[in-house]
Amino acid sequence: MQVSEREMAKSILRISGVDTKKCMKCGKCSGACPAFGSMDIHPHQFVSMVEEGNIGALLESKSLWNCLSCFACVERCPRNVEPARLIEAVRLIVIRRQGANHLKPEEIPGLLDADLPQQAIASAFRKYSK
Amino acid sequence: MRKCLKDGGRIRCGQHRIDDMEFCYYPGCTLKTKAKDLDTCARSAAQALGVTMTEVPDWQCCGAVYPMARDEIATRLASVRALRCAGERRQSLLTLCSACHHVIKRVNHDMHTDADIRAKVNNYMRPDTEYAGETRVVHYLEMLRDTVGFDELRKKVKAPLTGKKIAAYYGCLLLRPSAVMQLDDPENPTIMEDLIRSMGAQPVVYPYRNECCGGYITIENNAVVAEMCKNILDSAVEKGAEAIITACPLCLYNLKKNGKHALPVYYFTELLAQALEAGAVEGGTVRAG
Repeated sequence: MQVSEREMAKSILRISGVDTKKCMKCGKCSGACPAFGSMDIHPHQFVSMVEEGNIGALLESKSLWNCLSCFACVERCPRNVEPARLIEAVRLIVIRRQGANHLKPEEIPGLLDADLPQQAIASAFRKYSK
Repeated sequence: MRKCLKDGGRIRCGQHRIDDMEFCYYPGCTLKTKAKDLDTCARSAAQALGVTMTEVPDWQCCGAVYPMARDEIATRLASVRALRCAGERRQSLLTLCSACHHVIKRVNHDMHTDADIRAKVNNYMRPDTEYAGETRVVHYLEMLRDTVGFDELRKKVKAPLTGKKIAAYYGCLLLRPSAVMQLDDPENPTIMEDLIRSMGAQPVVYPYRNECCGGYITIENNAVVAEMCKNILDSAVEKGAEAIITACPLCLYNLKKNGKHALPVYYFTELLAQALEAGAVEGGTVRAG
């Protein structure tokens, strides 16, 4: 069933608990983001695009898989907007769909090396799969 | 609400005093497998310092990343089970892995401050008494600073690491978000540098010590991780570091893998056990000396 962008924006706000209206557009979140260079849509843009209900492009963004959950954007936001929670909520909107997991269990053996800690696999599964 | 009050100079938090030397300990998945050194050295060092670590029986993996979604409770249950176990023993929950500490501390904060999450988790788990975040979560570093004390630790050091220039790598998860983690100043932390000093070594302060190593992205995008680790390692080397210490198995993996072994990377507990000349403990051996 098709879900409108407006409905998805509502879900994102509900899942994240973020109030996008608090943002004063200073850009510190993107300035602090260590993954900025590998993102096509940056943290401050997530905030304004959710606010505008412009969700379609966010669902396709490679930034969903490059956010490191390092919480630099959360720590350095002067308005406590928590952009990382928004990115997480969009990622969940994607992977909670049937068959839309970004990482599949059968891919894991090929990604392992002798030293890879279990923590990496547990983290990646929590972030990339449902 | 958690009650903190002064009791003859001692601070009481919930049921557990800050100077109690007995802790309930949550090791986590990686400390039983790839990061055994982090765990065994912590146990032997604790023994040398008079601290008792009783492992949570039947603990479950914390999930390694904090569930930011406010509509999920399943991903919070493992943390709450461990927290309740410590609470029933009237002890603080001691953590060691940065990721476990981050997840459990933040889930505990949710249980304390978010009425909706608290109600759903308690409705699901049906405990005899509602759990509302009463247990104190203490990272091993905090235990060294606040319970043992770095001055006391210094007195117990038998093999000081004199002259060694050691860089502390904090990464993300111990420090941020500081409003919840409250471990140290998120931009200018000192707890690991103080530990390094108490072991007789010289701390090296460098700009990238609280920048991300790339974390779990390592599993599919090593180019991004390699660049971030290079920045961290170059920064530490430039400031004269001879070794780097961390509390996180994934940070250690990323730094080692991308550092081409130019700069040795250790768990902080490895150097601590060495400085204390703490011997082998049950379940593992310590490479002391």
